[in-house]
Amino acid sequence: MSAIALERPRSRYAGRMKAGTTRAAVLLLVLAALWGLWEGSRALWIHEGWTWPFAVSDITMPHLNAIVEQLFKPATTGGPLLITILWHSALFTAKEALVGFAVGASIGFVLGVALAHVRLLQRGLLPYVVASQTIPILAIAPMVVVGFGSLDIYGWTPVDWLRVAVIAAYLTFFPVTVNTLRGLQSADPRALELMHSYAAGGWSILWKLRVPAALPYLFSAFKVAATASVVGAIIGEAPSSIPNGLGGAIITFNQYYSLEPKNLWATNLVAALLGIVFFLAVVVVEKLVVRTAPENIA
Amino acid sequence: MSAIAQPIPRATLADRVGRRAQDWVPAVVVFLLGLAAWQWLLPDVLHVKRFLLPRFSDVMTTFWDRRVTLWGAGWFTFKEALGGFVLGCTLAFLLALVLARWRPLGRALLPYAIAANAIPIIAFAPITNAWFGILSPWSKIVIAAVLCFFPVLVNSLRGLTSVPPESIELMRSYAANETAVFRRVRIPTSLPFLFTALKVASVLAMIGAVVGDYFGGSTKALGIQIQSSVTLSQYEYAWSAILVASILGIAFYGTITVAERLVLGWHPSYRRSKE
Amino acid sequence: MNAQSVVSIAGVSKVFGRGGVTALHDIDLEIGSGEFVSLIGPSGCGKSTLLRIVGDIIEPTSGKVVVNGKPARQARLDRDYGIVFQSPVLYDWRTVAKNIALPLEMLGWERGRRTRRVQEMVELVDLTGFETHHPWQLSGGMQQRVSIARAFSFSPALLLMDEPFGALDEMTRERLNMELLRVWLEMQSTVVFVTHSISEAVFLSTRVAVMSARPGRITAVVPVDLPQPRTAETREEPRFFELVTEVREQLHAAGADAVLEEAVLE
Repeated sequence: MSAIALERPRSRYAGRMKAGTTRAAVLLLVLAALWGLWEGSRALWIHEGWTWPFAVSDITMPHLNAIVEQLFKPATTGGPLLITILWHSALFTAKEALVGFAVGASIGFVLGVALAHVRLLQRGLLPYVVASQTIPILAIAPMVVVGFGSLDIYGWTPVDWLRVAVIAAYLTFFPVTVNTLRGLQSADPRALELMHSYAAGGWSILWKLRVPAALPYLFSAFKVAATASVVGAIIGEAPSSIPNGLGGAIITFNQYYSLEPKNLWATNLVAALLGIVFFLAVVVVEKLVVRTAPENIA
Repeated sequence: MSAIAQPIPRATLADRVGRRAQDWVPAVVVFLLGLAAWQWLLPDVLHVKRFLLPRFSDVMTTFWDRRVTLWGAGWFTFKEALGGFVLGCTLAFLLALVLARWRPLGRALLPYAIAANAIPIIAFAPITNAWFGILSPWSKIVIAAVLCFFPVLVNSLRGLTSVPPESIELMRSYAANETAVFRRVRIPTSLPFLFTALKVASVLAMIGAVVGDYFGGSTKALGIQIQSSVTLSQYEYAWSAILVASILGIAFYGTITVAERLVLGWHPSYRRSKE
Repeated sequence: MNAQSVVSIAGVSKVFGRGGVTALHDIDLEIGSGEFVSLIGPSGCGKSTLLRIVGDIIEPTSGKVVVNGKPARQARLDRDYGIVFQSPVLYDWRTVAKNIALPLEMLGWERGRRTRRVQEMVELVDLTGFETHHPWQLSGGMQQRVSIARAFSFSPALLLMDEPFGALDEMTRERLNMELLRVWLEMQSTVVFVTHSISEAVFLSTRVAVMSARPGRITAVVPVDLPQPRTAETREEPRFFELVTEVREQLHAAGADAVLEEAVLE
């Protein structure tokens, strides 16, 4: 075949720089557009006095910059800055979500491997694991937190954040199990035959072939689970009013909403950021581990 | 060739039932074991307290006795979920059509839609309560709608843009305009993706409607009833309500699956079982 | 320009990207009505690109293409040609009959006329009885036959084919070659056919245009004077082998030339 056009290395680097600046520009544009949309509709609704879908005021739709400013004011007179409070709350919630995620993912992975290798187990358990993904399992959060609070194992009762971590754990467990199984089963049969021709043992096949094949599925589940863990942690704190986390902060600031709505908005902003951070963490790890990150949704 | 044609022994009915039994018997066994554990093992042997999980028969008694209130609350909450589902999925698909039509816009915004999906939307329930009032179903409908919106948007966009280039070239050879390309190619191609997202969205909508109430809502709603019954230590009622929510969730998901079968009967993935 | 020519390519070049790859360089070719012209050349020589330029699916960087006496763009808008790709590009959600009817629907034919035409096409490509099947229920060869039926359904003057049988096995390929020739004669159309296979090119064509490797140029046009209609026996005739050898030699010559050209153009 004839000559292939040579790629000039310089232009490749320039290409990557350009991509980076484009992405930054798009980010700024999107943020600006969102800000404009918010402030614009706010101004319009107030000006026209419309009440559908809801009446717009400083209470229902504070200025975005006011919300950000609020972070740097004390939440209660003479108390610590709001951002300090929210930072600690976020860490507390993050701890619950992280521990729950780690435990749930580990158990889920192990169970997934077991299901992949033991047909009987698969036939018996898989329908329920799959079915559990169709029910609003988050609904049992209050009962889990209360129930585990009354647990007494030789005088040890799980501390509050550990109970909430349980919620994050079971929200992680189900998608990870299902996807681990699917991923392990997704190995190319021809690659399997190759392994057999090498007289490779079960463990070898598992770690050298099936698990790498399962990685995209795993990370797909991790992305779902990361978000679910944060949501589960926040929800878990709320009904039982565990005050230290973001859920607790939401409940507290909700009670005083009419007095100072911006506190609640700021809390939600932090909660949103926490969710995004967890998600991005998984994306980054995926890029490092898998080296080509396929965009996967749920 | 010397083979004498032998009639291939047909799989007898017994064979077929036997083979299928292998498939479902373990699951049934697990189910029965689970029920037995719930009824006897947990309460009597492991002394699991009422707080965690009341005896199965107690829950069933309450489930039957309070069925009117339970299903009334279930229906109330389901309407919120359904409303949010319809609202969120419709808007999402429409936006996906727009973003597929103007690709650069779609490509730029897709990562943001994916990231936005990671925001704990339910945490915004107190705010929607402030907007629409705690008792109004709209506060939960909006939550459910936003929960459904992003998965449906991302998947629909993926589906609409996953048409192979030769297909587009074929349409160009027919001098088809963009609308025709959408109508005849892109939208049908996106349907499998859409239904996957709809199934996910149905679960999310239910979660949004039930759990959204944990931040405050009408006493007619399932979530509030779960919460208050837990506070009042009426755990049998709480679990009965959970059961109602689960049944509704499965039914909702199942309906979408049936609809998927009807609409996507042509999809190769359905025919594989026939071969 | 020949008054009878269906396709007239003059001075067509195509460069991809800014200062990038020259896919085609100064192509001139006239194709007359009723001809069957194959484009053959090594991978990457631009033959598929040239086909798409004729179909106004890609725009040339320079040069002019006239199809049916109109500029290529107008010919496309007037739907003067049908196209067949290497993959059948059938729609899973449509039955065989509805797939064939697709261009007719877009042309606005009313239902009765469409049904009749589809039936004719189904018989033409020998797929009677499969009208209500879905594409995945058919073999690769059958799917391509549907694709061909679809392309011919509105009786275009010109048919563009991009390695349509490349993904099929040898025997199916030979059978489909025969069917294609039969359909071509019956419909009295003009065909531009891109292929990798020398024997296929010689078997099917009235002329074979040999292209060089990138940047693609037409280095030779070999007239194929084998008698029509071609049959299975045609492949065994001495003249067939002579022509195959001639095309092969032209291909090698084109390859050698291109290496030298590359050095000069760079």
